[in-house]
Amino acid sequence: MSRSRFSFSNIMLILGLIFLYLPMLVLIVYSFNESRLVTLWSGFSTKWYFELFEDDQLISAVWTSLEIAFFSATMAIVLGTMAALVVSRFGNFRGRTLFNSMIAAPLVMPDVIIGISLLLLFVSMAQMFGWPAERGMTTIWIAHVTFSTAYVCVVVSSRLKEMDISIEEAAMDLGAPPVKTFFLITLPSIMPAVVAGWLLAFTLSLDDVVIASFVSGPGASTLPMVVFSSVRLGVSPKINALATLIIFAVSLVAFIAWWLMRRAEKQQQQQMALMSKSEELHIEEQRQQNPDDETGLEQPATLLLRR
Amino acid sequence: MNAYTSHSDRNVLRRIVTAIPYLWLLIFFMVPFAIVLKISFAEAMVAIPPFSDLVTYADEQLEILLNLGNYFYLVEDSLYINAYLGAIEIAFVSTVLCLLLGYPMAYAMARMESKWQNILLLLILLPSWTSFLIRVYAWMGILSTNGLLNNSLMWLGMIDQPLQIMNTNIAVYIGIVYAYLPFMVLPLYANLVRLDNSLLEASADLGGRPLTTFLKVTLPLSKAGIIAGSMLVFIPATGEYVIPELLGGSETLMIGKLLWQEFFSNRDWPIASALAMVMLVVLVVPIMLFQHQQSRELEGQR
Repeated sequence: MSRSRFSFSNIMLILGLIFLYLPMLVLIVYSFNESRLVTLWSGFSTKWYFELFEDDQLISAVWTSLEIAFFSATMAIVLGTMAALVVSRFGNFRGRTLFNSMIAAPLVMPDVIIGISLLLLFVSMAQMFGWPAERGMTTIWIAHVTFSTAYVCVVVSSRLKEMDISIEEAAMDLGAPPVKTFFLITLPSIMPAVVAGWLLAFTLSLDDVVIASFVSGPGASTLPMVVFSSVRLGVSPKINALATLIIFAVSLVAFIAWWLMRRAEKQQQQQMALMSKSEELHIEEQRQQNPDDETGLEQPATLLLRR
Repeated sequence: MNAYTSHSDRNVLRRIVTAIPYLWLLIFFMVPFAIVLKISFAEAMVAIPPFSDLVTYADEQLEILLNLGNYFYLVEDSLYINAYLGAIEIAFVSTVLCLLLGYPMAYAMARMESKWQNILLLLILLPSWTSFLIRVYAWMGILSTNGLLNNSLMWLGMIDQPLQIMNTNIAVYIGIVYAYLPFMVLPLYANLVRLDNSLLEASADLGGRPLTTFLKVTLPLSKAGIIAGSMLVFIPATGEYVIPELLGGSETLMIGKLLWQEFFSNRDWPIASALAMVMLVVLVVPIMLFQHQQSRELEGQR
């Protein structure tokens, strides 16, 4: 179909991308502004970056956030992969409707509702069991795991659906126990989705300000909480510098992830090509040579298992 | 190993794998709602925690006190009703704007060569991986009275007086569209990319003009994507707190902001709980719609 390069939708796509990226560009440019007045350009300077690194409160908040994000993403991929298996492999069971709604609801539930409900849960638990005596990193971790699990489940289950189920079935038929089948066959082939889920959960946790503000105690302040309390008072060049660092870090990680995924995809394609080739060869060989050649028969299977 | 035991082993395993996320979500997602409901019937008190007990047992008398006052208060004070209506209006307008911008974007992406599709997808997603707070904050510098937008427009001579955009609903619309655009584009793209080209060709062959083909073939077939994308924008936008707090002004009445104020500034946890319960009721239809779509996505096409 011959379509114009400058069709309405293409122009909207370009405008949309400009709309998405222009504000960030502005942030980056103004982080190098010398003036405290963020809107007036008065000369190039990197002094806000130095001030940023001298802000102890901010630096300790960065570590708190990274720690929470790391552990909540790790827990979320465990729970989320389990949930993905439940929704895409286990068929029907009692309570499935409830499970499906519970796993989909956090995707759209407003943050304030999740925040207030979890806080009230923690307060009630503290009253009843004496735990958690003090709210802080653990309670933020629980809250982040809860909503991240839903996102991981969506990402992983879409990969599980694409995956060829016959390989799992073959492994099971050959006598591999379910746990072994999962770790040797299923997990390696859904690994890109699990990694993507981990990264998603990690960024979601780093990003959250509302839920963390509700469930945190006096002891723990995450980076978004510190940034939010500063930003409420107005624009500050130090936050621009921080934003620039965040944008660069995210772009770098995204680029590496994209590159790794592309490489994995290419390898997979090569392997697939190799496999189909070896199968063809094998058939050819069988036709030409001894039809009882056992070593030839094994080849595609071992190739598969090594992956 | 005999087949029978391996089968029952498998069932036990399945139960364990199901039970772990199930229990987690029950305890940390469902039970909290029950507690919010309970506390919405309590009375605010100066205490720790700042609300009364519903059930008391003293002198062999079991007393259950349900305080409906919070809900009556929500109905009586027009502030709360206006905040609900305001939130719905702002979320609705933002969703429509997101759809108007996001649909052509997703459409253009889905029609491209596949090597471009992945790069564009990454470009759309990348902003949503950076901090949400930072992205909203970026607009503060642009929209303020002596911000970049006003300075540029005045420099170009298009306006004499700075426009008051910051601290108005317009700023909130811009902020919501900006923050939630990827959530609209993504499901639309996922839907449109699966669209069978031969259907479009068939329509063209039968004499359908491009616009007719779009309205009669493409649009109806992308309904699932439109619903998913719209709900992903509308529902969180209704409860949005950060955007109206940073970009909105006193005219911006939104329920998420009010809930936050009642909870943190006034320390009236029961009223905040009642507000959250009513917000859930308001959102129950869109949430069900989304979940219906989502569970079809999750289960379907196996």
